[in-house]
Amino acid sequence: MSIKAEHINYLYGEGTAFEQYALKDVSFEIRDGQFIGLIGHTGSGKSTLIQHLNGLLKASSGKIYYNGEDIYQDNYDRKSLRSKVGLVFQYPEHQLFEIDVFSDVCFGPKNQGFSKEEVESRAREALMQVRLEERFWHQSPFELSGGQKRRVAIAGVLAMRPEVLILDEPTAGLDPRGRDEILEEIAVLHRERGMSIILVSHSMEDIARYADRILVMNHGEKVFDAPPKEVFRHDKELEQIGLAAPQVTYVARRLREQGIPMPEDITTVEEAKKAILVLFDRRGKKSMSNDSRKAGDKI
Amino acid sequence: MIREITLGQYYPVDSVLHRMDPRTKLFGTMVFIVSLFLADSLAAYGIVTVFLATAVVLSRVPFGFMVRGLKAMIFLLLISVSFNLFLTPGTEIFRFGFLKITWEGIRLAGFMALRLIYLVIGSSVMTLTTTPNQLTDGLEKGLRLLKKVGVPVHEVSMMMSIALRFIPILVEETDKIMKAQMARGADFESGNLIQKARNMVPLLVPLFISAFRRATDLAMAMEARCYHGGEGRTKMKPLRYERRDGMAYLVYLLYLGAVIGMRYFHVAAGMMPKIA
Repeated sequence: MSIKAEHINYLYGEGTAFEQYALKDVSFEIRDGQFIGLIGHTGSGKSTLIQHLNGLLKASSGKIYYNGEDIYQDNYDRKSLRSKVGLVFQYPEHQLFEIDVFSDVCFGPKNQGFSKEEVESRAREALMQVRLEERFWHQSPFELSGGQKRRVAIAGVLAMRPEVLILDEPTAGLDPRGRDEILEEIAVLHRERGMSIILVSHSMEDIARYADRILVMNHGEKVFDAPPKEVFRHDKELEQIGLAAPQVTYVARRLREQGIPMPEDITTVEEAKKAILVLFDRRGKKSMSNDSRKAGDKI
Repeated sequence: MIREITLGQYYPVDSVLHRMDPRTKLFGTMVFIVSLFLADSLAAYGIVTVFLATAVVLSRVPFGFMVRGLKAMIFLLLISVSFNLFLTPGTEIFRFGFLKITWEGIRLAGFMALRLIYLVIGSSVMTLTTTPNQLTDGLEKGLRLLKKVGVPVHEVSMMMSIALRFIPILVEETDKIMKAQMARGADFESGNLIQKARNMVPLLVPLFISAFRRATDLAMAMEARCYHGGEGRTKMKPLRYERRDGMAYLVYLLYLGAVIGMRYFHVAAGMMPKIA
């Protein structure tokens, strides 16, 4: 289940005076079961890139392979590609249209041509995966809250049982609880189902917490492709292209500048907490020396 | 995909016509259309041609751009030309079965084609040199006399400009929803007419909902800024006639006079037979 992109170029308004690169020579390979974070400034080509991966947009030049097969081949079944590479758009709740939640989730598998029983069992499974309570299943999707609507929409893609799940800012506009819940559900799909995930997000914290590899886009070009710790080491470069490292990385660095021996490459609050506790433990044995408290006060 | 549709065909260059007051241009277009139907001789059409050519040159819009509007109505043009060509009674010059071509038919068809082509080019000159917003502004101010008889001129023009503003937004929205449904396996292309119509439901329902949502949001935002209709409302850039507008009205008057004059001139002299 690998996706391989080779030298993808995508031009808007090809052949006119308004010709403009949306993607420029982008190459990468995503292997089975990876959790990829895709970050970049607004307009950097993230959304254009992910629409290439399930064949909604066709590259002006370059090749995309899914499981080793060229998706631009004449006889390639691009419709079934779309069910294998599930794409959840930004604000996916805007695509809901059916009279009740359950039939909306059925839309995807029904288009795949499964029997009624199979369609319904897939819809049920998808709704359980997003943990939507059963009492909502036969309500109109328009009566639900924002977070619930979004889950229904994500279930609509999950019901096709994709092998790769791409989510374009799935937490935009949700409250902190709704955000955490959705991210946790995605993490479960990754952990327990072995689904490959591509998560587009503006939250460096979320990316640092979940992704095991980060792709950074800028002006249609891929600028970084590395594990989070490596990417966030380049915070100066990230800031130049309108991004940043997670806040806790900056906090840890400031602590280190103050002489507190925090380890390098802290990217999540969890890690920071652990490191600080270790430091306290070590110093606690020396009956909490005063100078470390002073240093702590300064910050 | 769908984003390639262009609506509102303003062509942004700087020219006398672009700077002219939209009311002047609206009135000029009206004068031109009326004159097209008043002109009934070759000489009168000569005057019309000179007027139109001057406007085209003054607008500084490439001629190819203007002709593009004609493509859409080639079918209409062909129909009206062939009807006139074959069905006008008069001196026969050619016969093919029940179809006959007469001298009068050729004349009439020719003038009909000319009239339609000029009509399209003439109105394109206006839309190419005036932004949709200027146009509604011009309509609002130009028609404000109608307010006295109870026509809600301001409200109608506000509705027009909001509708125009929403076109690109809805086009983009359509594109987005289409893609989202295609990602769920929707098919908008194959099937017969009934299937196709049914396949549009997943596109149309979300589109309507989002249009209503945007409309209520906009209404709320307008009310939050104390919008209460046209009464006592001032403009940031009020329309004001300049000297060139006065000149333009003078030109219109002379032009219309000349075209009307031609009608009496050739009738009196009996030089040229009437067409139309």
